[in-house]
Amino acid sequence: MSKIHRIDRRDFVKLLGLATGGIVLGCSIGSDKKDFIPTIDAEGFHPNLFIHLEKNGNITIIASRSEMGQGIRTSLASAIADELEADWKYITVEQAIGHEKYGNQNTDGSRSVRTQLTPMRKMGASAKMMLLAAAAKKWNIAPKDCSAKNHFVINKITKETLFFGDLVAEASLISLPEEDSIQLKKVEDFKFIGKTLKSVDLKDFTHGTAAYGMDIRLPNMKFAAIARCPVAFGTVKKFNKKYAEEVQGVESVFELPRLIPPTGKFFGMFGGMTVIANNTWAAFQGKANLKIEWDGGANASFDSETFKKTLTSRVHKTGKLVPGGKGNVRSAFKAAVKIVEATYHVPFLAHTPMEVPNATAWFQGNNIEVWAPVQDPQTARSELSHFFEIPEENITVNVTFLGGGFGRKSKSDFVVEAVAISKQINAPVQVVWTREDDVQHDFYHATSAQYLKGSLDRNGNVSGWLQRVGFPSIVSSFTPFSEYASGFELNQGFTNNPYILKNFRLENVQAEANIRIGWMRSVVHIHSGFGINSFIDELAFAAKKDPIQFHLNLLGPDRTIAGSAGFPFHSKRFKNVLNKTASMANWGKKLPKNHGLGVAIHYSFYSYVATIVEVSVIDKKVKVENIWTSIDCGLALNKDNVKNQLEGAAIFGMSIALYGKISIEEGAVAQNNFYDYQMTRMKDAPNIHINIVDAMNEPPTGVGEPGVPVIAPAICNAIFNATGERVRSLPLSDLGMV
Amino acid sequence: MIINLLINGKLHAIEAPEEMPLLWAIRDIIGLTGTKFGCGVSQCGACSVLLDGQLIKSCSLPVSGADGKEILTIEGSSENLEFLRQAWSDGNVPQCGYCQSGQLIAATSLLDTTENPTDNEIDAVMSANICRCGTYTRIKKAIHKAVTLKNEVI
Repeated sequence: MSKIHRIDRRDFVKLLGLATGGIVLGCSIGSDKKDFIPTIDAEGFHPNLFIHLEKNGNITIIASRSEMGQGIRTSLASAIADELEADWKYITVEQAIGHEKYGNQNTDGSRSVRTQLTPMRKMGASAKMMLLAAAAKKWNIAPKDCSAKNHFVINKITKETLFFGDLVAEASLISLPEEDSIQLKKVEDFKFIGKTLKSVDLKDFTHGTAAYGMDIRLPNMKFAAIARCPVAFGTVKKFNKKYAEEVQGVESVFELPRLIPPTGKFFGMFGGMTVIANNTWAAFQGKANLKIEWDGGANASFDSETFKKTLTSRVHKTGKLVPGGKGNVRSAFKAAVKIVEATYHVPFLAHTPMEVPNATAWFQGNNIEVWAPVQDPQTARSELSHFFEIPEENITVNVTFLGGGFGRKSKSDFVVEAVAISKQINAPVQVVWTREDDVQHDFYHATSAQYLKGSLDRNGNVSGWLQRVGFPSIVSSFTPFSEYASGFELNQGFTNNPYILKNFRLENVQAEANIRIGWMRSVVHIHSGFGINSFIDELAFAAKKDPIQFHLNLLGPDRTIAGSAGFPFHSKRFKNVLNKTASMANWGKKLPKNHGLGVAIHYSFYSYVATIVEVSVIDKKVKVENIWTSIDCGLALNKDNVKNQLEGAAIFGMSIALYGKISIEEGAVAQNNFYDYQMTRMKDAPNIHINIVDAMNEPPTGVGEPGVPVIAPAICNAIFNATGERVRSLPLSDLGMV
Repeated sequence: MIINLLINGKLHAIEAPEEMPLLWAIRDIIGLTGTKFGCGVSQCGACSVLLDGQLIKSCSLPVSGADGKEILTIEGSSENLEFLRQAWSDGNVPQCGYCQSGQLIAATSLLDTTENPTDNEIDAVMSANICRCGTYTRIKKAIHKAVTLKNEVI
């Protein structure tokens, strides 16, 4: 439910530093309920301010969500502009600071459009109503005799027109419309929504003028690098800073104590040794010259290969029963004509956004100001208030462009570091992580083991399904000693398995965390998508059936399953994307020698995705030749942007399948940089073909993440199709296949 | 030592340790922040610039090696860079945009040396640049488009 309020314009102007006159619309929207991230949630209804119209017709639209490549600044602005009947050339977008006035700004979970589209449309529509009323007053006619088009109000009787900018003074005197009087446009009248608008930031992106976190420059700003213990949560035992201090440009070196967050919220920071310098490179050099003896502490003996074996043995024994099972799997297995078993692994993964974690902070006694590439500026602000005991109203979090986020920049540890250092040196400071810092001190995507056992009846249909999963929980980063995956995590593909299974049993096994666990683009769906799609392919093969037909049979007749957050699951839409993809890929066609096709489907963030991958495998080396993806994400707000996201998700998914692996030896991450934690590069990039289902009358659902979980299983299924060899443990590079 | 850098046609005489990588001299001393830090070890291409017309990773070249030389960064301009910018915009290429400075500079170097590159020639040069958002297919298409745009003008 939304409520519209009149906002004090001075407050707004002060907030944005805008000086020109105009009308301002404020609106409060309910914070969207977090559907899978626990704790740290803003609650209730908060005022929001999004539109500023100037006398010259220029309109500033406020982007409340962080821009990290998902195109949100353009997409939500276009929804406002559409309802406002604005001419796009007058629109500029400004980034909001972190403030509860804007509602929940936490940019993750593929939900910005899902939760903000309607409130943003109402913003635009109510502003338009005020302009119509203002014009009507000028012409002395009824508002219903006015319409708006392309930045003008039209007098329907006389055909006279008035420019939006010329209505500023009058519109300022019009009272805000009641919320239930706001009428939104019909789908067929959309001008921008559902079409393609190019990014509003193209000029900056192509001229090097977009300011990311690392590009902030303040007068007298220092640069800082931090040496952190290679083992998570380890501490400094002894150090020698002599050689660090000798580096030209280094100004000081000191120990930074760890900040431990309270149970249930915030991220804190590792602490370590920090080097302050007058340029980034000197700080890096100083850090490299530090001699530090660490106390690794409790995690110092952790070894990820050993842990893989431990998890594997656990999923091969009975685990904790997860509620929601069906039928009796034991008797189904007894009556089975055929039993299929398989165990799957996904390693730890790091986010590695191109822009490393960094933040610029200025601690000034009673005030803190930070400039940082953060996905969740409000949590950063609350966290700073907690650790530095300064009220939130004295803390300003400026959100810069994010050079990639993928979940890494949801965590504000690097912001806390910058403030702690600024407080210590009493000067503005920019903390910059090296790439090695980023690879070795992430909040990692958890490793997982899954055991699946399925039975086939005499008709080759699945009669029983047992799945045991184990992966360290995200909750462990908030509540220490959380040793089982939580309900919200299992509900990402495991408990909400959409297949028609009469006998279904899910078990959860112990998986303790010995490094920081976080969420990465598509989160637990990476595990569920890989396990379930790989296993269905194995079952289809055992049943001697076509994998696509096998999926379709398992999806069953058209039916609707009640879902969370008002998004029911429709099997028909799932089958539709699968059929669309099969037809795009010409499934069943004769393939060149050594080529294979593989399919995977996955439902995540309320969107339906099907992908088919074509690989060639020559001399045991895999090349991904083609990827076809169809998505039903309901109303696709900005078509080309959706396409770009899915193309990107294919590449991101390929990095997981081909290369992604963080290994830990004696508690420390073994990888360093892009030479040993590799990414998909252009030479690996296949032809990517995207289909967006026309579902303009459905509410919008996730786009940024749903394209990821299907890629790894579709690649592995394609490898099987080409070679008869099953890949059950990622990545392919571990098997010498790339 | 005093180092003279001719960046985008403007002379900068700076005082810097001779072993400081060119990247940090450009970013932290001169203050041009369009050239990006991505890895520090010539692995990602985010810091790409042209040095006397040669494509280099500025994170790995000591600033003394650039003394007296001409440098093109993303803040600058060249005939091919302008066509590429246009093609990048036409194709709505960037997502987060962070790597695109390096991508555009690398593509400029490619077109400076190869008038009409094939897909393989594009792969050979552009595979040195990582885009974590995964805009590779758009980048490749945009490079071809830039060639088309250039031919149209002539």
